[in-house]
Order: sequence, then structure tokens, then C-alpha cells
Amino acid sequence: MNVFLSAIQSVFKGSARYYAWVGFLAVLIVLGLSAYFQQLEKGLITTAMRDQVSWGFYIANFTFLVGVAAAAVLLVVPAYLYNFKPIKEIVLFGEMVAISAVTMCILFIMVDLGQPIRVWHTLPLIGKMNFPASVMAWDVIVLSGYLLINVLLVIYALYRLAVGKEYNLALILPLILLSIPWAISIHTVTAFLYNGLSSRPFWNASILAPRFLASAFCSGPAIMLIILQLIRKFSRIEMDQKAISKIAELIAYTMGINLFLLGAEIFKEFYSGSLHKAPLEYLYFGLHGNKQLVPWIWTSLALNITAFVIFLIPKTRENFLTLNIGALLIIAGVYIEKGLGLIVPGFVPDTLGEIYEYWPTRSEAVITLGIWATGALIYTLMVKFALPIYKGQAAEGNK
Amino acid sequence: MSKKVRSNPLGIRLDRRMFLKSAAAGVAASALPISPAEAFNWKAFLQKHFREMSDEEIKKVIDRLEKEASLEWKKDVHISSAKAMPNVKFGYGLDLSRCIGCRRCVYACVKENNQSRTPQVHWISVLRFKKGEKWIDLENSEKYYNPKQVPEKDFFYMPVQCQQCENPPCVKVCPTQATWKEPDGIVVVDYNWCIGCRYCMAACPYGARRFNWAKPKIPSTELNPDTHYLGNRPRYKGVVEKCTFCIQRTRAGKYPACVEACPVGARKFGNLLDPDSEIRQLIENKRVFRLKEDLNTEPKFYYFFTGWQVQ
Repeated sequence: MNVFLSAIQSVFKGSARYYAWVGFLAVLIVLGLSAYFQQLEKGLITTAMRDQVSWGFYIANFTFLVGVAAAAVLLVVPAYLYNFKPIKEIVLFGEMVAISAVTMCILFIMVDLGQPIRVWHTLPLIGKMNFPASVMAWDVIVLSGYLLINVLLVIYALYRLAVGKEYNLALILPLILLSIPWAISIHTVTAFLYNGLSSRPFWNASILAPRFLASAFCSGPAIMLIILQLIRKFSRIEMDQKAISKIAELIAYTMGINLFLLGAEIFKEFYSGSLHKAPLEYLYFGLHGNKQLVPWIWTSLALNITAFVIFLIPKTRENFLTLNIGALLIIAGVYIEKGLGLIVPGFVPDTLGEIYEYWPTRSEAVITLGIWATGALIYTLMVKFALPIYKGQAAEGNK
Repeated sequence: MSKKVRSNPLGIRLDRRMFLKSAAAGVAASALPISPAEAFNWKAFLQKHFREMSDEEIKKVIDRLEKEASLEWKKDVHISSAKAMPNVKFGYGLDLSRCIGCRRCVYACVKENNQSRTPQVHWISVLRFKKGEKWIDLENSEKYYNPKQVPEKDFFYMPVQCQQCENPPCVKVCPTQATWKEPDGIVVVDYNWCIGCRYCMAACPYGARRFNWAKPKIPSTELNPDTHYLGNRPRYKGVVEKCTFCIQRTRAGKYPACVEACPVGARKFGNLLDPDSEIRQLIENKRVFRLKEDLNTEPKFYYFFTGWQVQ
């Protein structure tokens, strides 16, 4: 128990840099909150969304983060199932990324709602959840379930570390096994949420769910790469280099698949050339002179291809500088592609052929930044809490 | 401790204990900085789903809503909850050869159904197409045409509104069952149950649903006080609304406002289950089509041609 007490204490103690970081996040959160109160008062008219493009930056960020959360499973599989020790030691930090990411997902949905206080209507029993007809009802279930699973896994892992015992697999293995299909399900269900709409040809393509998974398994691990190195740098805990290069290798494969699926989609739409290609045309070339997203999507493609090459070549994937550049390129590339690049073309042209060019307002941007800061703060505090427990065990192990 | 009484402009009194009890139920939303006119309303918050309320409960809710609306709009607002009539399924017909694109239907609808004037909300979109080119080429249609005079020689017009699908994708996707198809075939929204997620707007293939991005503003003098709970009663910000075939009129045996407003008789309306109705005559004897048939939504909104044209 003492371990937990000192862990809690450690959350409040830190270097000047730690306080500065937490303070910086707090400022962003306060700014975000004040913009959100404005939005609550005036309505979603403070955003750039309108009837033509009725989802925007919030839902874009939500979609990207579901991918990040799902990707934690990429660490779980080698860690527990193949007992790959280097990754097993760091899987805890992956599960904490999942917790932060799902929390941000929930916040992005909340700020997108016109009547957030009525959100209880979506719950079973007390509300009137439209299950199984509405994919959004499924999403409520899988996202909250995934959050719960990861919270339990993290608590259990920390408890084990604190008492200095190995995992009791009989107890925890079912939960770990469950977390694997569950992670895939949160992403699949979110893809189906768009995929199931026959009104939106851009989303109504069977390739959407596979593409979702492929790109998530690029961006999620890329974020893990950066975070793990930051933790290693600031906490001086040991982390096997093998774990890092294993993750980098995984990214090379998933990015290859992601690019292939994208190519398949582009071929189908442009070669068959039906009217359904309009959204893709809008995204890559512009439609009737409207080309807001064109420079962004080409940037995204260039970033993804460059990163793919970096991670494919063993020499550049093992070099720290190029490895980190590659990871950052992937995060930016997928953020564009899976964010606004996925949501907005679903609505352009709209179902009656109108083109409304959406670009987030400052208010939307500030609220979005506030939610990212909230996620970063949650992660920072969790890591700060976990590190002494983690290190304590590591020290005992060395004796 | 003295019994402090919290009151709000709607005259609903809440003592401190009741307040704490409700707050303990997990909601502290009253702390949110909303304007006094929208002060937190517990009865509204805890209101049940429309289809789960007994007639007695519906009456109570409507009493409260009428009181709120009458206070806000400074006139007696009546809210009906008239149910669907048996053996009725409403259908709509629109003669494309007659429509002159005057948009009188659009504004008659706004007036009848209490759509927001600022920002402007329209349930009907009239699209203008160039004659002699592709048939229904939505991508090249124009919604914001603004000529000195209609009809224009080189164009034809197609009004689009809710198609009241028999197989409505918007109803399927709603996470809270806040929108559903009534027995007479009208797709309705409960504005007190909608959470404003706008999934239905993404699902609708006809661009028929509208969101209240801001609090709807209507001059008090222009508010139509004869309303229906599932239709034209005043809406809130942050909820979705749509055409209901003027449920408040059609369930009382009248035509929808757009049908009455059309100066060229392009709009037809009737009971699809009545073999002698005008709409059945049209479907059986004219060449009709429905918009985006390939999506299998089964609209009850039929476009047709009589060949008769306004010169």
C-alpha cells in the first residue's frame, strides 16, 4: 500500500519542467473550456459545420483517436501471447495511451452534441438505446467497454508490480484475450458507422473498415514510438531497443497495406468513373473549382509514402533520427487522411449535389486543442503515478 | 438550515433539498452558464420518451410545454398530440412539368411550420436544372438561383423535401430512437429526446433534415400557435427537425401548407390506402418516379409528369 501512497505523492512532485508542462496543458484546457461554454450558449453555430457538412473537425479527431486507441492491441499481442519480453515490459504504457485516447474520443463526441445533457438517452435501460439497429449504439457499447477493459488491465498490472509478483495469467488472460478482438471491434464499429450509410458513396465502400484498421495500425504505434522514447528520456527507465525496432517494423507492414488499400480505392473510383467518384475527386483534385482539401491530402500522401520508405529500409528504421522523423510523418499523414480527409468528403458534394467548403473555425480549433491537452494531461498524470511503482519493481528485480 | 427556494422564469420551484437530490443523480449542468431564459429545467431533463408515456403523461408534458411556449412567445400556443388515423398512409405527388420554381411552397412551409427566420431554416429545397442536358444531374443543379422572374425559359425545377421513406435510413441510425415512422407513414422527431448527434442527417439521402445550429428566432407575431407535438411546435437549439407533411394539418383533414400554396397545382397529396384518392389515381395513370430508387428507401413522395406546362 505504501507503494501507492508514494506513487500518489509523486504525482504532485516533479521537476520545474514537469510543472511547466502540466501548467501549459492546464492553460490550454481552460481556453478550451471557455470556448466550449461559448459554444454551449450560442449553439453549434460557432462551428463551421452547417446542414450540408454536418460533421467536421470534432468527428474527424474522434475518428483518428479511435484508431490510436485500437492500436494499443498491437503491443498486447506480442507482449502476452508470444511472451515477447521487451514489449511486455512496456505494454502498460500502451494501455494507458488507449485509456487517454478513448477518453478524448468521448469528449469529442460530447462537444459535438447539440444537446449534451441528454446524452443519457443513448444508454440502455434508463435511456432508449437504439440497439441493435443504430451503429452508434454499438459504438457507445464498444468504446465504453474498451475503456473499462484497459482501466482494469492497467490497475491489475500496477497492483502486480507493486506487490512484486508475476502476472497471474489464469486471472488476467481472459481479459487480455478479450481486449484483442475488442480493440479491433472499436475500430471496425466506428468504420461501420460511416460505412453503413448508402447516402454517402465516399463512405459506402467495403474497403473502408480494412483501411481504417490499416491506417490505425500505422498511426497508433507511431505515437507509441514517440511516447515510449519520451518516457525513456525523462524517467531514465530501461527500455529494450528491440521493442522499439519491433514496433517500427510493424509500422512498415501496416503502412504498406494502408497504401495498397488506398490505391485499390482510387483505381476503382477513377477507372469506373461513375458519379460516385465526385467526393474522391473533390478530395484529390477539387470539384468545380473548390479545392480546400487538395493540398492537404497530397501532403498526407507524400508524408505516408516517405515514412513507408523510411520504415521499410532496416538502416533508416534503426537510426534514431530517421526513425523519429518517420513516426512524426506518419502521425501527421494519417491525421490528415483519417481526420478531415475522411469526414468532409463524405459530405461534399452533399446528397443534393451542393458543395459547401468546410474549414474549422477558431472556436472549434481551441476546443479541439483543449481536448488534446486533457488527454495529454491524463496520460502525463497516469505515467507519473505509475513510474515509481514500475521502477520499484525493476530495482528489486536487479538485486 | 432555512429552506432556500430556487426559482426560474418558468415558475418551476425547486427547494434546496430537491435540488441536491437531483444533483446527486449525477448532473450538475445547472452550473453551466446558460442564459436565464434557458435556465435548467428538471422536468424537461427527466422527460420520458414520447412513445413510452401514457396519454396522461403526454397531457402533462404538453401542458408544461404549452405554458413554456406561451410565456416565451407571448401568445396562446396550442400543442396537439393527435394520433394517426386508422387506414391512412399519406403519400405525396409532385408534377415536375408544372413547377415554375417560385418557392412559394418554401415560404408557406416556413410560416406554417415555425422554422427559424434567423438563421434561416427551410424544409423544402427547390433545385433548378438546365433543360436539354443530363436528366436529374444533382451535382450541376442550382439551389440558390435568383432570377428576376420565374419560370426561366431554359430551366426546369424540382422541389425536394422529406420523402417520408417507408424504409427510412435516418430512423435506423438514430442512437436514441428520437425519430420514428408513425402508423400513417410520417417520419417524426421528438425535439425533447433528440441529442443532436446529426447521424440522421448523414444518413438521409435527400438532404431533408435540418439542424438548429443556433436558437431558432421567430418574431412573436409570426409564430403559428396551432401546433403538433411531433410537428411544428417551437424547436430548441441543438435538435434536428424536418418536414412532417404538416402533421398538425393533415391529421386534422387539411392539406399540407405547400400543397395549398402552390399557384400552379403541381403538388398533390392524399391517402395511399384509399384506391379512389387523387394520389392513387396519379400513381396508377401517370409515369411516376421516386428519387434515388436504387437506395431502396421506398419514398412515399412521387415525382411525375402531366405534360401540362406553364407558358
